[in-house]
Amino acid sequence: MKVRVHVSLKPGVLDPQGRAIHHSLEGLGFSGVNDVRAGRLFELDVEDGVSDEALDDMCKKLLANMVIENYRIEKVAA
Amino acid sequence: MAFRSAVITFPGSNCDRDMAVALEKVSGEACTRVWHGDSDLPEELDFIALPGGFSYGDYLRCGAIASRSPIMQAVIAAADKGVPVLGVCNGFQVLTESGLLPGALLRNSVIRFVCRDVTLKVENATSLFTSGYSAGQEISIPVAHHDGNYFADDATLDRLEGEGQVAFRYAEDINGSARAIAGVLNAKGNVLGMMPHPERAIEDTHGGSDGRALFESAIKGLIGA
Repeated sequence: MKVRVHVSLKPGVLDPQGRAIHHSLEGLGFSGVNDVRAGRLFELDVEDGVSDEALDDMCKKLLANMVIENYRIEKVAA
Repeated sequence: MAFRSAVITFPGSNCDRDMAVALEKVSGEACTRVWHGDSDLPEELDFIALPGGFSYGDYLRCGAIASRSPIMQAVIAAADKGVPVLGVCNGFQVLTESGLLPGALLRNSVIRFVCRDVTLKVENATSLFTSGYSAGQEISIPVAHHDGNYFADDATLDRLEGEGQVAFRYAEDINGSARAIAGVLNAKGNVLGMMPHPERAIEDTHGGSDGRALFESAIKGLIGA
């Protein structure tokens, strides 16, 4: 089973990298971009027997830092 | 009475020797070096230090992988029992990632790596680590970090300030840290995390010795003398 975990900074947490990317887009002449937030994408290949609870636990214990980040688990059809 | 200290080395730590030298010079006692893959600490330790560096190449998040290494389970257990733990720079990041200290360290708001001497204001001069300073005293300590922007939610920040858990503040904004926080104590006061490097300022040949009092405070508080 393929699983994608999307990790993003919580709303309100300053994202200096997103801000720098935004600035760079403007520098390249792209207009109309209101904001950029940078995040992370993990692609996991897991056994079919791995439970949703276990996936959730992986996110909370390691993939995301719950103080500053949110995560979203997406199961990808084979 | 002997002072038994240990410095933990992770793959990518690069201030571990400096930390051990500082502890040895100030205490006059040998410091034990402990490898991240060990699962046990030496017995009856008085002091544990987590050094600066780039543990595990800062993969995932700074300090994230190190905080899940075998030795950290022993460090967390020791801290829970009251053994003093000092985390500097990457060590501070490991402490927040492991949950021993609240909050998190984000990328500097200025994006740049900041490497210079900074002025700190001592906020709490009554803790084990800071009793050698006076409240409000300004000291000069070097910083060298890319991810030192302290973050915690407002309720946590209010609690830290109200309970005297803010040990040091930056005299000027260098990295965007919430309320200019440079160093944080846990509720019991036996764990201190700070981005500036006191171990790089313990004698005049370092260009300054304002960090020495931190080690002197801790050693004096722990073994007398």
